[in-house]
Formats: sequence, structure tokens, C-alpha cells
Amino acid sequence: MKIHEYQATELFQKAGVAVVSGQVATDVREALRVAESIGYPVVLKSQVLVGGRGKAGGIKKVNTPEELTTAFAQLKALKIKDYPVEKVLVVRAVAIKREFYIGMTVDTSRNDVVLIASAAGGVDIEETAQKDPQAIKKYYLEGNQQLVGKKWQSFIESVFDDPHYQVKGAEIFRGLIKVFFAYDCSLAEINPLVIDDKGQMYAADAKINFDDNALFRHEDVAALRDIRYEEPDEMEAKKHGLSFVRLDGNVGCIVNGAGLAMATMDIVNLSGGAPANFLDVGGSSNPEKVVHALRIILNNKKVKAVLINIFGGITRCDDIARGLVEARTKLNLSVPLVVRLIGTNEEEAKALLAQHNIRTYPTMREAISQVVAIANQ
Amino acid sequence: MSILLNQNSKVIVQGITGRDGSFHTRQMLSYGTKVVGGVTPGKGGQEVSGVPVFNTVAQAKEKTTADTAVIYVPAKFAKDAMLEDIKAGINLIICITEGVPVLDMVEVMGALKGTGIRLVGPNCPGVISPGKSKVGIMPGHIHKPGPIGIISRSGTLTYEVVYSLTYHGVGQSTCVGLGGDPIIGTRFVDVLEMFMRDDQTKGIVMVGEIGGEDEQVAAGYLKKEATKPVVGFIAGRTAPPGKRMGHAGAIISSGTSTAEAKRTVLKEAGVVVVDFPEEIPAVFKEKLGECLHGEKRS
Repeated sequence: MKIHEYQATELFQKAGVAVVSGQVATDVREALRVAESIGYPVVLKSQVLVGGRGKAGGIKKVNTPEELTTAFAQLKALKIKDYPVEKVLVVRAVAIKREFYIGMTVDTSRNDVVLIASAAGGVDIEETAQKDPQAIKKYYLEGNQQLVGKKWQSFIESVFDDPHYQVKGAEIFRGLIKVFFAYDCSLAEINPLVIDDKGQMYAADAKINFDDNALFRHEDVAALRDIRYEEPDEMEAKKHGLSFVRLDGNVGCIVNGAGLAMATMDIVNLSGGAPANFLDVGGSSNPEKVVHALRIILNNKKVKAVLINIFGGITRCDDIARGLVEARTKLNLSVPLVVRLIGTNEEEAKALLAQHNIRTYPTMREAISQVVAIANQ
Repeated sequence: MSILLNQNSKVIVQGITGRDGSFHTRQMLSYGTKVVGGVTPGKGGQEVSGVPVFNTVAQAKEKTTADTAVIYVPAKFAKDAMLEDIKAGINLIICITEGVPVLDMVEVMGALKGTGIRLVGPNCPGVISPGKSKVGIMPGHIHKPGPIGIISRSGTLTYEVVYSLTYHGVGQSTCVGLGGDPIIGTRFVDVLEMFMRDDQTKGIVMVGEIGGEDEQVAAGYLKKEATKPVVGFIAGRTAPPGKRMGHAGAIISSGTSTAEAKRTVLKEAGVVVVDFPEEIPAVFKEKLGECLHGEKRS
């Protein structure tokens, strides 16, 4: 899960990280008031959860209330990668002397938390990693959050050449660590961390992503979710314990298990069809889940046929079959269903479907050729 | 011999009194797995399907001499369950639970370091050595003892592969479900090493998917160390970038995490990468011929 820059800035500030003074505004009057209190010039920063806002014209420096009024209206009219700008962060314009990148994430290949820094800040860190990997310094925590010892010293010295900023930088890293562990972050990033013309060091941007699996212990964070960035169908699916991702094709897919669901999409594609979605009904599916799954898939008017591919382990085939029968009466199905069921309680399932004139196919390949043939008609 | 599990493995079930724990305890018992105890704090002294329940792993281990633990507890308790096993010195921990926070896994992996204890999972279907022992949630009846080792990041897709092998008369030595999370206790290379050393195993299937770089690491190992034929299948060729596909670890976040990138490196390492799971038995029939029927020796 992602949050906006102004929200991340607030979390960093609470953890003792120095940030640029400013405040978020939703309308121009509010923005003028903020600018008045911090003093011109100010920078207006569009709050969107997608990258590339600078290039899209989403950041503007203004010197007077008049300029602010014009620029604010322009930002509010802007769409950045299809997303409208709802809030604007108004911050003091600073004269930047130096820019750094600092960040923290989990290196899953090493099962460890890593601090990442670069004296070449302000640019995309992945670009730096490609062009000049030497410019990126890493420090693995190895279970120790104390930031002491020789390895730490040589890391901090490799990023900041001046001892004064080594101390300041270490303080900011401590704040980053505090936020990262307190909120189960998957990424915490300050890019750029700046030194201004007066020699002050602070965060001039803030980015935090959270581990979705840990949101159960951070209700305050979960409440920050900006649902405008969520696909309504995906949200609806999640509510019913389904995992759903919309795609471009016309073959709806209902599968149990993420790996099999992906493989099913791939084979639909290899067989000359185009999958309309990824959908994992999960384990221990009750009939109701199948009804929800079909309803969500059929929200997509492009869908011409739906493939049901189930390998029953914990999932019982008869539960799926009951769901399909129920869905036929409840949903007024407008497209054909192609069903393949195998595994736990397969016989009961097939008998039930036969009673309702729903044909089943013995293998995944046969079912897929059939559904693709229908969809391509 | 199989790997990880055999007919002598003594298993305790953590979360045995829960819905999933009690159901799968029955399933494992009926498969012939030696389930010797269960653990649910506060429910010590009870029984589930004739299996004694203990309050702690340490007590269960002391009374039953269990060497393997399987975890069915909810995600928020999974870290403590794993740490308890590590403290008690359980040799093999198999964590079925889905949705364990990443930082919890960082902590568990730190605690595992240097102990020699093996963790499989989390978010996995478990491990089965057909005909000997099944620890997890996979349907036992689709398996058959034999010479093929299976390693997979997925559950039901593995069943599909197993079903196809068994249907064509090709049995399995051990099937290991690694799990669909970004941090897992056992990765492809760990199991590949075990299978290369295992007498019963003549050929290996790797079922991978988008996300991470474990398949690349495996390819690096296979290039140098492979002594047995390996067949690969990678799921997620049609997955869009930046979207999590059900598994927490199944997300295309870079050029190397795509299915095509993984298929390419595996092919370069000599792995036969197939497009359809049902092509796998024929590859082994061609590569192994008579060896396929050597399972009687085990």
C-alpha cells in the first residue's frame, strides 16, 4: 500500500526527521494561507501516487499570491497518468546546494533489511543503479538497528564526506529506521535529502510503501489508503476473499490457487485466446465465493465466455459446482461457462452439474481450447 | 531415500485445535504420517483425532521426540510459532500459513541463522514423500512413489504437474512446496542440492513463477552442478507488470522478474522449459527411459 508525500512527510517528522516546512491544501484559499505563513517563494507539489509528476508539470515554483492562484488552478486541472490532482503540498522553496538519496527496504534475496544511499540524489535511483552502480552504497542491518561499529562508520563516510553531515545523516537514518519498523514498511525513501544554502540538511521529499500483510496491526495506516487509486473490481474481490486482476482479453477465468490461475491465463494465451482476468478463488471456497467471482468477471462487458478451472485440494469441487448452479439462477448469465473440475469431491460436483446441463471437461487443455473457440467466434 | 520427510518423520501440528489444523491432522493421519502431537497454548491435555495436545512446542517435543513441526496458525501468530520451534530445536519446520508480514520473516530468518534448522514456507502447500509421509495440505491420493523430485512456488499448479506425472505412470520421490511469499525459508537451490544427492530422485521438476530472482539463482547452480535432468515450468507469462498476482511474491518489479527472463536463463542452464504442464512426463520418458521404473529399489 502507498501513501501520499504529505502523509509520509508527517510520519518522518514525527520520528524526528527534519523536513521542509509546508502544509497540504485542497483549495486555493488554503494554499494562499499556507504560503502566507511560510513566506514566498513556495513550491506547489501535486499529491499523486504515481511517478513522473515532475515531468508531467505537477510541480510549480511561485513567487507571489497571483502566481500561486494561477499555478494552483493549473495543477487542479491536471491529470497525471489519468489521475486528477486532489491535494497540493505547499512548501518553502529552498536553495539546494547538495542532493542525496537515502532509502530503506527489504532485500528479499538476502532475507534482510537494507539501508541504501547515494551522494547522487534527486534522480531516479534505479537509473543510478543502472548507469553507475558504484554510486549506490548499501548497509545491511543483520538484526541490529543500533547503527554503530566499523561497518556503519565506513558506510556513513562513503555517503557524506563532511563529519558534520555524517552526524546529521545518521540522525536521519535513525528516523527512517524508526518509521520503517514501527509501521511495517516495505519501502521508506527520502529523495532528495538536501543541504541548502544555509547548510541545513532535511528531507525535501518523502515516500513510504507498506507491507499489505502487516496492515492488520496498523489500522491507522490502513485508514490512509486512497481508494481512488484502487480498481473497484479488485477492491470488491478482496472484500469477498478473492484475488482479482483485470486484463484486456475476453476469456473470463475462475481458478483456485495463484500459480494455477497464472498458468491458466498463459495457456489461454498460447491457445490463441486472450484472458480477461486473473482470479484466484482461494482455498476452502464456499459456493457464495463463486457467485461473487462470476459477478465481478461479468462486470466486464468484453467477456464472451468464462472458464472455470479447479484442482480441488482444500477447495471442494462440489462447493464450486453448487456456486455455479446458484450463480446461474441468481445472475442471469449471459455468457457460456466452460468447466473443468478435478480432485476433492469431483464426482459429486460432476453429478450436480450434469443435472443442470452444465458440461465438464476432463483436462485443462480441452477446456481451454473450448473456451477459446467460443470467445473467438 | 526421499528428502526432508520419510516414514519415520515424527510430526507435531501447531494450531491443531483450529479448523484447518484439525482437518489436515485427520488427512495426514489417514495418509500414514506419524502425527505424534499437537500444540495449542491453553489447550494442553486435550486430544484431536487421538493425538495429544500440548501447551508448548518444548513440552510436545520432550514427550513425543518429534523432529518435524507443521504450522496452521493464523498469520499474526505465525512468527511466534516459528520462533518457538527454533528455540525448541525442531529440525524441520513447515509453515503453511499465508499472509505472514515480511518483517516477521526477516526476524525468523535471523533466528534460524547458524542453527541448522530448516524452514519450508510460509504460504506453501507443504512437503510430501509419496507412500511415506505427507505434511501439509496437498491431496495425498494424486501422488505415487517414484523417481521424480518436484520443487514449486505454487500449490494447485504443483497438483496439476503431479497429477499428470502419476497419470502417465511416473511417480515422485518428494514434492516440496516452497511457498509464494517474497521471503521463504527454503529456496530452489536448497532443494536442488538435496535432490542431486538423493538416490531415489532421477529427475527434477521446477515450477517457478514471476517475481524475485530465485529461478536465476537456481539456473546459476544448475549450470555448474546439475547431474540429473531438470524440467521447468514458469507461470505468469501473461501477467501485467506491477500487479501482485495472488501470491505476495508474484509481482513483476523489474526486467529479471518476468516469466520470459526466467525461462531464458533456465534454458541456458540446460533446463527443458515446457509450455504446458502435461508435456512434463514425456520429457522424462525420453530422458530417463528405463530409470523411470526404478522406484522398486527404494
